[in-house]
Amino acid sequence: MSTMLEVTDLGHRYGDHTAIDRLSFTVAAGELVCIVGPSGCGKSTLLRTLSGLVASTTGHVALHGDEVRGVPDDLAVVFQDYSRSLFPWLTVQRNVEFPLKRKVSRAERRARAAEALEWVGLSGAGAKYPWQLSGGMQQRVAIARALAYRPALLLMDEPFASVDAQTRFELEDLLLRVRREHDTTILLVTHDIDESVYLGDRVLVLSKSPATIVANLKVDLPAERDQITTRESDTFVALRAETARLLHGGGTVRPRVQADPEGVAARFLAAERAEQAAQASKRHAAQN
Amino acid sequence: MRRLRSAASGWIVLLVLVVLWETATRIAGSLYFPPPSQIAETARQMWFSGPVSSLFLTDVVFEDLFASVARMLGGWAIAGVLGVALGVLLGRSATAMDYCGPIISFLRAIPPPTLVPVFLALFTLGTPMQLATIVFGTIWPILLNSVDGARSVDETKTETARAFRVSTVDWIFGVVLPAASPKIFAGLRISLSLSLVLMVISELVGSTEGIGYRLLYSQRQYDFPAMWASIVLLGVLGFLFNTGLSAIERRVLAWQPAHRQAALAAGTGA
Amino acid sequence: MRAAFRGLVGVAVLLLLWELLSNSDLVPPGYIPPPTVIGATLVRLLLDGVFVYDVIASVLAWAIALGVAIAVAVPLGLVLGSVPAVRRATRTVVELMRPIPSVAMIPLAILLFGGGPEAKIVLAVYASVWPILFNTIYALDELDEQLVDTARAFGTSKPRIMATVALPSAAPFVMTGIRTAAAIALIVVVSTELLAGATLGLGQFILTASSGGGRMDLVFAGTVVAGLIGYLVNAGLEWVQRRFFAWGARTGETV
Repeated sequence: MSTMLEVTDLGHRYGDHTAIDRLSFTVAAGELVCIVGPSGCGKSTLLRTLSGLVASTTGHVALHGDEVRGVPDDLAVVFQDYSRSLFPWLTVQRNVEFPLKRKVSRAERRARAAEALEWVGLSGAGAKYPWQLSGGMQQRVAIARALAYRPALLLMDEPFASVDAQTRFELEDLLLRVRREHDTTILLVTHDIDESVYLGDRVLVLSKSPATIVANLKVDLPAERDQITTRESDTFVALRAETARLLHGGGTVRPRVQADPEGVAARFLAAERAEQAAQASKRHAAQN
Repeated sequence: MRRLRSAASGWIVLLVLVVLWETATRIAGSLYFPPPSQIAETARQMWFSGPVSSLFLTDVVFEDLFASVARMLGGWAIAGVLGVALGVLLGRSATAMDYCGPIISFLRAIPPPTLVPVFLALFTLGTPMQLATIVFGTIWPILLNSVDGARSVDETKTETARAFRVSTVDWIFGVVLPAASPKIFAGLRISLSLSLVLMVISELVGSTEGIGYRLLYSQRQYDFPAMWASIVLLGVLGFLFNTGLSAIERRVLAWQPAHRQAALAAGTGA
Repeated sequence: MRAAFRGLVGVAVLLLLWELLSNSDLVPPGYIPPPTVIGATLVRLLLDGVFVYDVIASVLAWAIALGVAIAVAVPLGLVLGSVPAVRRATRTVVELMRPIPSVAMIPLAILLFGGGPEAKIVLAVYASVWPILFNTIYALDELDEQLVDTARAFGTSKPRIMATVALPSAAPFVMTGIRTAAAIALIVVVSTELLAGATLGLGQFILTASSGGGRMDLVFAGTVVAGLIGYLVNAGLEWVQRRFFAWGARTGETV
């Protein structure tokens, strides 16, 4: 597999504060890599430097071999806050078409937008305004907009953090389906351990600020994933536990139960969340 | 049905008030306050007694009304284009606003009529002077609201546009202007009422035609029914312009969620 | 701090350009006097008592008019805003009256009141009632139902709710209305003085200066003073709004 994104020694500093410190990793073409890190560790800064929105202080980013300076031509971003990233004055269809204006003809724009909306299951909603849709549907529009752009790399910044648990599961599965069908390379940033394991081919675990890469975990799950069976599989549970340990234990693989009470609490919360998630997915399955 | 009833009650109250006005003015018999029936009759003779070929409109309509309205809308439109262009520019550059802010705050605080003598000296009597007065008086609300609106584009939209490498033209016309449009319309609405006021003032000061001139002429002739007819006409004009702009605004800003539309109801008058 | 410095630089550059322009051949001499001349004239005027009287006359008329307008419009707005029946009944009349520009009545007011202060005060009151009235009504429309329900749940009486819940939450909007009204009242006062040939006032001063030999330096000096008054009034009201009504995040459009 060829390398789509290559990051070498990437660092970013705001004045005295080092947000990210000498990160190096690669993303292969067609891969879905999740970056998981504690809140406030500089995940958003990382994503902004990768996309060229913010110039990095040190290091290099290369997209399909070309050094990234400024925003590359074939890169799309899905932000967390769909209520702000969509343009309220444009219909859903026009929102998806908007970034294509620079690239392709009017007819082609229409066709691509309609197609992308179909991929995310919103064929009928093209004429609606964003505020007429639910939050989950709005985020699907944002995903459709990114897909219609046909990016070499799709960056997603906590894309499902602002929707309710059930919608989150739907969107996660939608993302998996879409990338399988259209062979998209995706780098997704999240603070949610379960999500990173469930979605990723690989998980990069970041440390607390300044962010460094603590581990690079290969997710050994089948490509076809399922909210219930995958999440209860031994591999998933083990990976989740390992990720959580890495995330909260500051790099040691073994849990430091006594020495790290904060980590215990966090793990407890994570376990509790997983339970809720499992219940929600059962409800979801029962409904369908 | 309820709306119909409430509209009906409004018209009934209006009718009662007009009847009261008629009675009161007849009893008082004041020269300055002619009864509404007399005002209406004068208005008919003055404006609607023309030949069929011109839809019963008299020459006075074409001379006064059209001249006034053209100047007013012309000045307002010039102020609109200049105000929005400058406002969006200043709104997107904090540095530029730092330099120009105090100057703008001072200029907009000047009551525009005080500059009429200056405009009279610079331009000749008539349309150029009147346009200058209207433009100077109405540009500030548009400019300042455009600045506010252009500033209101949030970080996520800015980054979205940059991430998709949206062209400068699309950025300005596709993102900044639409984001600023509710504010821009608020400014346009205030300025439209102001332009009516300034049109009248500029015609009262120096003009040989127009509604303001007609107003002053009637006063000098002690023709009070004609004067009142002009006052009522100005009210009707103000009402029509306001309603027209609201209709355009509802259409252009149709993308806004319904509850925000209600906020547009509050307006101004002078 | 940097913004204030830049603002000063901006003003300085403007004054410099103006000075150069008015000394150049681009404008006929005397039409736009340079700032240095206007400044000197202004200082002379301020030391001379008569001009100060003119300023006081205008400001006083403006203040009285605004005070009366507030006293009329706020209670009226509260009634119209909280009693739907009254509001429905008066809507048509209000909608037809408000667009009548007060300046249209200047010729009438001149005949009725002459050149005294009554004409400008009456007209300024008429003009400035509307923004305050509409903002007050609008504020009551925006009143948070939950606040009222909370107060009602505690058994608060209707007049008390009006005073303790409705009025404070309406205050930021009313302030916005008052700021609009203040600007409009100043326009109307000066216009009336200018057109009615008043005996005292800034407008009258400017009229005399421009007609008697076209002393443009006097006209500009008067204009600068009028602008300064408007600026100070607006800055003062803005300060009041920020200081006392800071909780009202949404206070309508920029005026």
